[in-house]
Amino acid sequence: MANEVVDKSKRQFLTTALTAVGAVGTGYLAVPFISQMQPSARAMAAGAPIEIDISRIEPGQLIRVAWRGKPVWVLSRTPEVLEILEKDTVKLADPNSANSEQPENSSNGYRSIRPEIFIAVGLCTHLGCSPTFRPETAPNDLGDDWKGGFFCPCHGSGFDLAGRVFKSVPAPTNLVIPPYRYITDTQIIIGEESNKETTA
Amino acid sequence: MKKIIYTLLLLLPISVFASGDIRLESVDIDLSDFEAMQKGAKHYVNYCLGCHSLKHMRYKRIAIDLEIDEDTVLAEIAPEGAGIYEQMHTAMDKRDSSKWFGTTPPDLSLIARSREPDWIYSYLKGFYADKSKPLGVNNTVFKDVGMPNMLWKLQGTQTPVFETVEGREVIAYIKLTEPGTLSPDEFDTMVTELVNFLVYVGEPAQLERKTMGKYVLLFFIIFTVIAYLLKKEYWKDIH
Amino acid sequence: MKNKISACTDSLKNGMNVSTEWVLKRFPMSKMWNDHMAQYYAPKNFNFWYFFGSLALLILVNQIITGILLTMNYKPDSALAFDSVEYIMRDVNWGWLVRYMHSTGASAFFIVIYLHMFRGMIYGSYKKPRELVWIFGMLLFLCLMAEAFMGYLLPWGQMSYWGAQVIISLFSAIPVIGEDLSLWIRGDYVISDATLNRFFAFHVIAVPLALLILVVLHIIALHEVGSNNPDGVEIKESKDPWGHPVDGIPFHPYYSVKDLVGVGVFLFFFATIIFYMPEMGGYFLEHANFIPADPLKTPEHIAPLWYFTPFYAILRAIPDKFLGVIAMGGAIVVLFLLPWLDRCKVKSIRYRGGIFKKAFVLFIISFIILGYLGTQPATPGYTMLARVFTAIYFGFFLLLPIYTPFEKTKPVPKRVTHENSAEEGYSALVEAFDKMTIKQEPVKTSWGGTITPIKANPAGIKKVLIQLAKKLKESLD
Repeated sequence: MANEVVDKSKRQFLTTALTAVGAVGTGYLAVPFISQMQPSARAMAAGAPIEIDISRIEPGQLIRVAWRGKPVWVLSRTPEVLEILEKDTVKLADPNSANSEQPENSSNGYRSIRPEIFIAVGLCTHLGCSPTFRPETAPNDLGDDWKGGFFCPCHGSGFDLAGRVFKSVPAPTNLVIPPYRYITDTQIIIGEESNKETTA
Repeated sequence: MKKIIYTLLLLLPISVFASGDIRLESVDIDLSDFEAMQKGAKHYVNYCLGCHSLKHMRYKRIAIDLEIDEDTVLAEIAPEGAGIYEQMHTAMDKRDSSKWFGTTPPDLSLIARSREPDWIYSYLKGFYADKSKPLGVNNTVFKDVGMPNMLWKLQGTQTPVFETVEGREVIAYIKLTEPGTLSPDEFDTMVTELVNFLVYVGEPAQLERKTMGKYVLLFFIIFTVIAYLLKKEYWKDIH
Repeated sequence: MKNKISACTDSLKNGMNVSTEWVLKRFPMSKMWNDHMAQYYAPKNFNFWYFFGSLALLILVNQIITGILLTMNYKPDSALAFDSVEYIMRDVNWGWLVRYMHSTGASAFFIVIYLHMFRGMIYGSYKKPRELVWIFGMLLFLCLMAEAFMGYLLPWGQMSYWGAQVIISLFSAIPVIGEDLSLWIRGDYVISDATLNRFFAFHVIAVPLALLILVVLHIIALHEVGSNNPDGVEIKESKDPWGHPVDGIPFHPYYSVKDLVGVGVFLFFFATIIFYMPEMGGYFLEHANFIPADPLKTPEHIAPLWYFTPFYAILRAIPDKFLGVIAMGGAIVVLFLLPWLDRCKVKSIRYRGGIFKKAFVLFIISFIILGYLGTQPATPGYTMLARVFTAIYFGFFLLLPIYTPFEKTKPVPKRVTHENSAEEGYSALVEAFDKMTIKQEPVKTSWGGTITPIKANPAGIKKVLIQLAKKLKESLD
């Protein structure tokens, strides 16, 4: 069929050019398609910072609130508990929270701004179950060593009352501490670390 | 024959709004005028939000789209106590409203898409005194309207001037008989801002889609040109 | 270093070859590629009208992908549906784009399919041996109408609701079983949550599945008998020594690259609508559909979306409920029967008799006018007009078996003829433009260049118009 010499290089060039342009176009189209599966403005609104009142929490009591759909624990720790937390660090995998997620203002031994008020995201860092609150000492099922903490029923990970993970359990890191700050003495806002910052 | 088809296509009316034979005043919509839309948002919250929600519109979206910071939106536009993520809900109870007006005032998020902007503009300007109606007002584009004229203090009172056409009394025009706190020009500007805001609220995405469109079209021009060159190159084989 | 890289790419290539071979030994990929692309011989004289098949496929893909994305956020619940669409339009990232791609795609689908059917009709692509291709195509059209109709209920606006109410009530016109049938379709005494939920099920899975299967059947049937062409010549009748049709060219690469040009042009217009006029003046998204469905209040004027209006106008033109439904159904049934109604041996309109050409023009005009009338309120004048054009619509089909056996046809060439390319068309246009205008003295412009102003040439315009009219008349003889 071909009487003239076919300019193969030109064909090759144009084919490559069209493929490239097509790939760019597909790429640009993929952005909205992928992004539309990201959290929507409504999900963002549900993820807005929340305010909680801690004035009514009794010492030793734990309350649960939802932030971004996740359980957030607010625990009022007694001086006895704080003492245990300070001393009993041998069994912990990461006692100083070097490899764990917490905001700057909670990077201390108690993993909180104020020692007596502990706030954490109540999801196990293993596979995301919510651990149960087990403040009692040496219960039957958890053994004599148990001095109060959180126990995950799904795969048996244990954490102390500062959310620090024990050694030789499936969970890799300590419980996550969300960003939060005190508005007043008894009002906490979860989702914001400092006054300036707002979570978008 | 193709030509006949094209001519027939051209004869189709551009728009199929079902508006009957009401004369509408035309309004200039400018979606690049953020300031007007911000003012319109303020007017809306002051005069309309009491009864009509915009339940699909979030305050945060207004802040982003109209380029004002969130604190300003909360301080100057949103009613007191509203959160930035909240939608523009009305404070009125649905049961109360149906008791007062016989119906729940509709949500107006999409009013500018179901009605043309000109209609909303003419409607807002078209209230006139009519003693025979329970609320004492009627409207030139919405006969026997069940809504009071929220803007009457600003606009003043309008009264109709009648004429007789084919034996029936019809309204020739309405005139301002008692001035309001705004001059007619100021009032027109205000209503325009309000309508501008409602057009934006009808489809907030229109701000970005129109700016984005030209790049997409440019892309397809480039794509088509290269595809055409490639086609020409290959089709050199065919005799 | 360089050696290492080339060794690396070599082993990669090698690995790819091995795995390709592994697959090829187990799956007839190359056979399928050859049968339908690289060694499928298509006539070389395809023209403009042949773009729409591949475009329909493109739109189908678009509808499926955007449809899947929409179902992720849409709620098929009468209390939530309307708001969930607005949620998609505002709160979901890029939801507006996905939704407009889907809604514009629906209308584009019908534009493309109507043009595709028009092509089939002018070049006789429904005739022996392609009757089954046409039947599959018609079934596709039917499924597409069902898909569009059920999809239109989902936004749960006023038009969705009352449109569905009217169309489903049509079934109640059928004697004896009608009432029960429409009740069964709705699953309730009025259009309700139950109806919405089942329409959702049909729209997102049942009908699309049928569409996909029919597309495969349509293409397999076509590739079995081979494509028709603007001359209506069977290219398989003249073959070269290697057994390939002389007038055929491999679909790939020749038509695949050509179709890409069509895709580019189509997407340009498609994007223009999506980004600048997604409502298309109320034709693609009706204004009243931005009001949530209200079972207590019918909108002032209900019209179906534009692609149903020709059939809707036929329905309204008949003054009897049952007969109206029969006529509307009949308008589609006659299309199915077209291969057997048309008895003329000549396929392409180029070589057919004057009566058929004129009748066909009248048919197209009546289809378009019926389409327009369907969007308008039914005034007595319009109803009269709709009756006239309904008669023409059916007249076209029902008279075919009477005159087509005796049609005075022109001699059909043995081989396909030369098809004017876009460039040739352009130069003809330039020539005509030159004839219609007179060049003036060149003028220097403020920015330093020169332009040659032109003036209309009345004599030239007259000449061109007369030529055009003559050509038009000739083409109808």
